[in-house]
Amino acid sequence: MNGEEFVPLSLTPLLIGIFAAVACALPGNFLVLRKQALIGDAISHVVLPGIVVAFLLTGAISTWPMMLGAAGAAIVAVVMIEAIRRLGQIEPGAAMGVVFTTMFAGGVLLLEQTDTSTVHLDVEHALYGNLESLIWLDAVGWSSLLELTALAGLPPELPRIALTLVGVILFIWLFWRPLKISTFDEGFARTIGIRTGALGMALVIVAAISAVAAFDAVGSIIVIAMFICPPAAARMMTNRLETQITWSVIFASVSAISGYVLAGYGPLWVGGADAVSAAGMIATMSGLILACAALWGPCRTRAGAPQAT
Amino acid sequence: MMLELAADQGVSIADSNLDDSPLAIRGLTVSYGQKPAVFSVDMTVQPGGMTAIIGPNGAGKSTLLKAALGILSPLSGQVTVYGKPLEQQRARIAYVPQRASVDWDFPTRVIDVALMGLSRQLGLLGRIRVRHMSRAMDCLNRVGMRDFADRQIGQLSGGQQQRVFLARALAQEADLYLLDEPFAGVDAATEKAIIAVLKSLKEAGKTVVVVHHDLATVTDYFDHVFLINTRKVAEGTVAEAFTAETLQSAYGGRLATAQIDQISRALG
Repeated sequence: MNGEEFVPLSLTPLLIGIFAAVACALPGNFLVLRKQALIGDAISHVVLPGIVVAFLLTGAISTWPMMLGAAGAAIVAVVMIEAIRRLGQIEPGAAMGVVFTTMFAGGVLLLEQTDTSTVHLDVEHALYGNLESLIWLDAVGWSSLLELTALAGLPPELPRIALTLVGVILFIWLFWRPLKISTFDEGFARTIGIRTGALGMALVIVAAISAVAAFDAVGSIIVIAMFICPPAAARMMTNRLETQITWSVIFASVSAISGYVLAGYGPLWVGGADAVSAAGMIATMSGLILACAALWGPCRTRAGAPQAT
Repeated sequence: MMLELAADQGVSIADSNLDDSPLAIRGLTVSYGQKPAVFSVDMTVQPGGMTAIIGPNGAGKSTLLKAALGILSPLSGQVTVYGKPLEQQRARIAYVPQRASVDWDFPTRVIDVALMGLSRQLGLLGRIRVRHMSRAMDCLNRVGMRDFADRQIGQLSGGQQQRVFLARALAQEADLYLLDEPFAGVDAATEKAIIAVLKSLKEAGKTVVVVHHDLATVTDYFDHVFLINTRKVAEGTVAEAFTAETLQSAYGGRLATAQIDQISRALG
């Protein structure tokens, strides 16, 4: 494919797909190790009331208020989950279950009870996003990357998810040591003065921001898949957290690229007529990678089982 | 706020003029839900010795330690470390949690765990330099785990994992060492290795506090005993606090008479 075709039609969706996948996979590493992996699922449910409220307040489908509404709802949910977990002394999974079903139900109720039925807030959009439509019509080829007028026509999702990714990377880089120690041994972390409660909250908020930014661009299927599949597959490739993070980034990128290409061309290769959903295919690829890692990864034996030395 | 509460509740004010003891606890109450796990406990750890915290299962031994370290928030009570509030003295404390409290599947190596003991010096972004590395290796050497430095921690036996935890505490170069059940489920060789390290700490003038469950070894290993069953039962030297009467009152019917006789004979 030459630049004239590739840059306007495929470059931006590919980049958005990769950035969204990596932005979710990075915090996903810690969430999986903390056994909080379902928080991604929870977040993609709880943002619904936020989006509906934002729509009711502004009366229009516009991205920024909806992003803010979604982020607000995600943060409310995170705080509620922590509060229920601490006050009720119950395990995080149960607290999440209570909060995300309640908020999702609240969102549906709001949607039904108010006059939003005329607008395009449908399930398909929420699940699969619209990656293929995020094209860059102002581009004429690779040279457009250097032209300001063409760059101004970039789909706004791209700078948004890129900025989110930078934020996620900065957070993990800056708090690497406390994150690692408190994920491994929370009690010890507190005795050396790490504020584990605040740090855990910050991690979940960062994950929520990634989820909302990715959700906006590519739908919730990718969010749920990317929080879990690349980190879980990466865990089976190595016994070092540093290497695990690298593998998870590789797996997330490979899923995004191969999923996007297969969705566009795969059906044609097997004689089909239409392309399939890129988001769905990206999620499928990440699942395949996880399955391969589970079958052949070098570090898939769990400790705790007796080890032959 | 909670501290004032404790004072109001009749904890003697004279006591709260806290001395310089390595660890002083006044009026500590911790509760899970309705039932207090530790009730109004005072404890003064003597410097430069080895203290055992003993008591029946569910008596609040670990809870006492965790609350003293700020891992759990107490309902009331005051904790000082060498005469100052805990927060100012974090660098002087090393803590060894129960081995079962962490997930040993965590993707990290033995040497990385030992290096965690240096994290206060390293700070957020400090580079791990050769001197840090050699100190961590040194600590692993002291517990006989040097040859395992590159192993993933899940590949170790229980006793080896416990020794790695001890190495991490050694790397902290603290003055006060607090260990939660370090001998639980470890092999005899590890128990010996751990007690040798703890005795060397004591000889270096450090203070060691151990939550302990094996009554048979108390007289061999420790200088002081703190006996707890939700409330404090006895505190003092082994001869003072580890007697048939105090044990009877802490353990009640849970300790066979024969066992108590045996212990009193051992005590002479």
